[in-house]
Amino acid sequence: MHRNRRTMLAGYLLAALGVAACGGSSKSPSAEVSASSTSVTAPLGYQASHAGGTLHLLLNASAGSIDPVPASQVPIVQADADVYDGLMGFVKAPGPAGNVVVPDLARSMPLVSNGGKTYTFTLRKGIRFSNGTLVTVQDVLSSLRRIYTVPSGVAGGLFTSFVGASLCLKTPSACTLAGGVSADPSADTVTITLTAPDPNILLKLALPAASIVPPNAPRHNGGDTPIPGTGPYMVASYGPNSALTLVRNPYFREWSAAAQPQGYPNEIVETFGVPVESEVTEVEQGQADGVLDPLPADRLTELSTKYASQVHVSLTPDTNYFALNTRVPPFTNLAARQAVNWAINRDAVVRLLGGTQVATPLCTFLPPSVPGYEHTCQYTIGSSATYSGPDLTKARQLMRQSGDAGAPVSVYTANDPVSEAMGGYMVSVLNQLGFKGQLRALTNAVVGAYFSNSKNKVQAMLSGWFPDYVAPSDYLLNNLSCASFYPDSAANYNQAEFCNKPIDAQMYRALSAQATAPARADSLWAKADEAVMRLAPEVPLYANKQVDFVSKRVGHYAYNDQFYMLIDQLWVR
Amino acid sequence: MSVQPGQVSSEIDPPSETPGESPPSGLWRVASGQLAHNRAAMGALLVLVVIVAACVAAPLYARYVAHTNPFQFNVSGTTVSDGKTVPVLQQSTTGLRLGVTPIGPTWSLSHYFLGADNDGRDVFARLLYGGRTSLVIGAGSAVLCCLLATIIALIAGYFGGIVDGVLSRLMDFVWAFPVYLLAISLSVVLLASGGLNVGPLHLASNSLWVPTLIIAGCYLPYVARPIRGQVLSLRRSEFVEAAVGVGASDVRIIFRDLVPNILPTVIVFAPLMMAINMLTESALSFLSIGVRPPNASWGTIINDGIGLLYTRPAVTIAPGLALAVVAVALNVLGDGVREAFDPRGRRFGRV
Repeated sequence: MHRNRRTMLAGYLLAALGVAACGGSSKSPSAEVSASSTSVTAPLGYQASHAGGTLHLLLNASAGSIDPVPASQVPIVQADADVYDGLMGFVKAPGPAGNVVVPDLARSMPLVSNGGKTYTFTLRKGIRFSNGTLVTVQDVLSSLRRIYTVPSGVAGGLFTSFVGASLCLKTPSACTLAGGVSADPSADTVTITLTAPDPNILLKLALPAASIVPPNAPRHNGGDTPIPGTGPYMVASYGPNSALTLVRNPYFREWSAAAQPQGYPNEIVETFGVPVESEVTEVEQGQADGVLDPLPADRLTELSTKYASQVHVSLTPDTNYFALNTRVPPFTNLAARQAVNWAINRDAVVRLLGGTQVATPLCTFLPPSVPGYEHTCQYTIGSSATYSGPDLTKARQLMRQSGDAGAPVSVYTANDPVSEAMGGYMVSVLNQLGFKGQLRALTNAVVGAYFSNSKNKVQAMLSGWFPDYVAPSDYLLNNLSCASFYPDSAANYNQAEFCNKPIDAQMYRALSAQATAPARADSLWAKADEAVMRLAPEVPLYANKQVDFVSKRVGHYAYNDQFYMLIDQLWVR
Repeated sequence: MSVQPGQVSSEIDPPSETPGESPPSGLWRVASGQLAHNRAAMGALLVLVVIVAACVAAPLYARYVAHTNPFQFNVSGTTVSDGKTVPVLQQSTTGLRLGVTPIGPTWSLSHYFLGADNDGRDVFARLLYGGRTSLVIGAGSAVLCCLLATIIALIAGYFGGIVDGVLSRLMDFVWAFPVYLLAISLSVVLLASGGLNVGPLHLASNSLWVPTLIIAGCYLPYVARPIRGQVLSLRRSEFVEAAVGVGASDVRIIFRDLVPNILPTVIVFAPLMMAINMLTESALSFLSIGVRPPNASWGTIINDGIGLLYTRPAVTIAPGLALAVVAVALNVLGDGVREAFDPRGRRFGRV
């Protein structure tokens, strides 16, 4: 566990270092940062003999809009990563190396000035969108404004530090980012000005939401209509209930093997609506190449025994939890929330997922692979050094104290077999405590939006956080800060609707320390995490491993913390 | 003009009775006597009694023998197999060591007799509890279906004219839908809308009444139509005409002349409908649109075991087998009841 943490920390520091070096300096640190970034070379090395063929992937439910701004579901993020580019990009390399950012459409690392508040990017020349038009600095401007006009949780959660962002967040239709983003077409430069130094700004600019798209892209959510991009693939067709087809972008030429290497398959087809069990069977029989859903627990033994060479297990930076809505009874009551935390057996949850080779119990919101993680457990029987099991006696005491016995609780979950089994377990525990639990399973395509919208008054839900980038702020500030709660909006990530001002202050202290004193920042993040868990808005459950199952013909598998299975790097011939 | 249940009018013999035969004052006695001499039917009845008794005793078994709560997850629990304490869900030890497998049958009544399911629950205890649910829904919907069908058939057949036209077309309308398609559609709609809300009547989506009502409603025309035909025939019979002629009221004619004559048919239908309804309930529950958690039925248990078909087939086979045995037993009993009650059958039997 510690080894993983250090590994991730190294990657995280590489990214943060570049920014930290920039803070407070008026001279360009780009040389230093570029050195670290250019040392990240083509991670996988292109082998032309393996190019070609069609990669067939299967997914149970569609993942909604294909627009890169609101993209949050993994299959869409994976596809968008092959279609779009931003000024910066995450390295498409296996494992934690994928958390490092490198220049993508920007020619080099930005020139940082004004005490870390101004970033000047120079755009690469000659890059074209898949519709043939040249990428210009004006496109960068319109694309960055689009972050605010397309409804999503990204703008309010991550892009608040641009000058002019507050107006854009308040009145998206009037968003100009005046004073925040400006372009100089003669020099091919784009200048971004921040209200305060943001240690994560380069990571944020590498996210799909900051993808550069043509100026005529809709200012609203593009939905099912593909928008041209600059990546190695373009969307040939997309039916949210049928399939997504990516074909080669005829205008693509590789400019950075680290940020956007050319892909191998000529065509990538994701078919939706296939039951997970059938997905596994089809891949076993070679009728498809990969499963994009979590593998059903009951097939894991069979797969890991009979198809071991086709199964790939990788540690993810995800955190998975049972969110308790702090604004809807009965979980407005701290004692009720703590009772649930004491009662849930994390070991049982891990078993339901397929055992310790697939997941590890989690007691904190930050998972082990993230800086700021501390290996402690507040809700365990015995010593708090490690998780040893639930304490039902304490849980029942708290339930009596809460006076909430008999309260009905609807537990929401996605309707895939693994989530439903976990949901069933949660209901079983709630009933043991004296609640009247009921399971409600929703299709994967709507769970995120439904859980997030406070209008739905979801009492308890099984959810998870797939980080935008591996930094503690992305976990805690996005999910548990007062600012991250957006009432009556599907763009709300704070599903527990938790807000505690003193803890907020702790988080912002940690964030500001991140650029200058990373070790102190980690300790502050750990304390903030511990303080949040004391108030129990969520029950952290497990840190999981990604288990991918691919067909026999697939080669060159690589897992990346940002994009999971690098689908464009798979060989099918 | 009083008659015994199951007996025709004392003034005018029914057309189906054999001339010279002793008055059918003992139709029930004769029928039950004949049923008692039908070995196959009695064997089926015995099987049913044993299964029903076992299912009724489910809480006793779970509490005092297996010491388990079959509705509670026991993912981290242990049990005893071959004298050793073993986890209920066992971590894979082969290949990449991914996944867990529930314990298989131990054949010890006090320790997971038929093994565990994916959630660590005792399959045998769930089988008994599931049997209660399946039997209750099967019997409840059969009784409800036969009762409603009888009422509709009596009204339609006796009053005829526009009443018959409306009721018969309504039945035709329901008949026009394939049973499973109609049942699935109704189940999905009721599940999605959170249950059934009609005036002051509210049924939660996980209430057992929901599948019971749906199944009873879907099979209504299959029972109502033949009974209506019989009522139509009886309506034109001499003893009913005579009753009308002497000024008997409609209610009196229906209850004293018609009901006793159609009752044997309804009784013949009951076990057959119960078997069909149990199969339908299982199909709906298998599709996760019948019985809802925390309840279990044989259909839901079969569904639970689908993922374990290769490793722990007992989870699926046991409820499937129980369902098959009960369905066959009900059909054999139904045949016995039909032979015992059907006058035509009796006459042919004598020949």
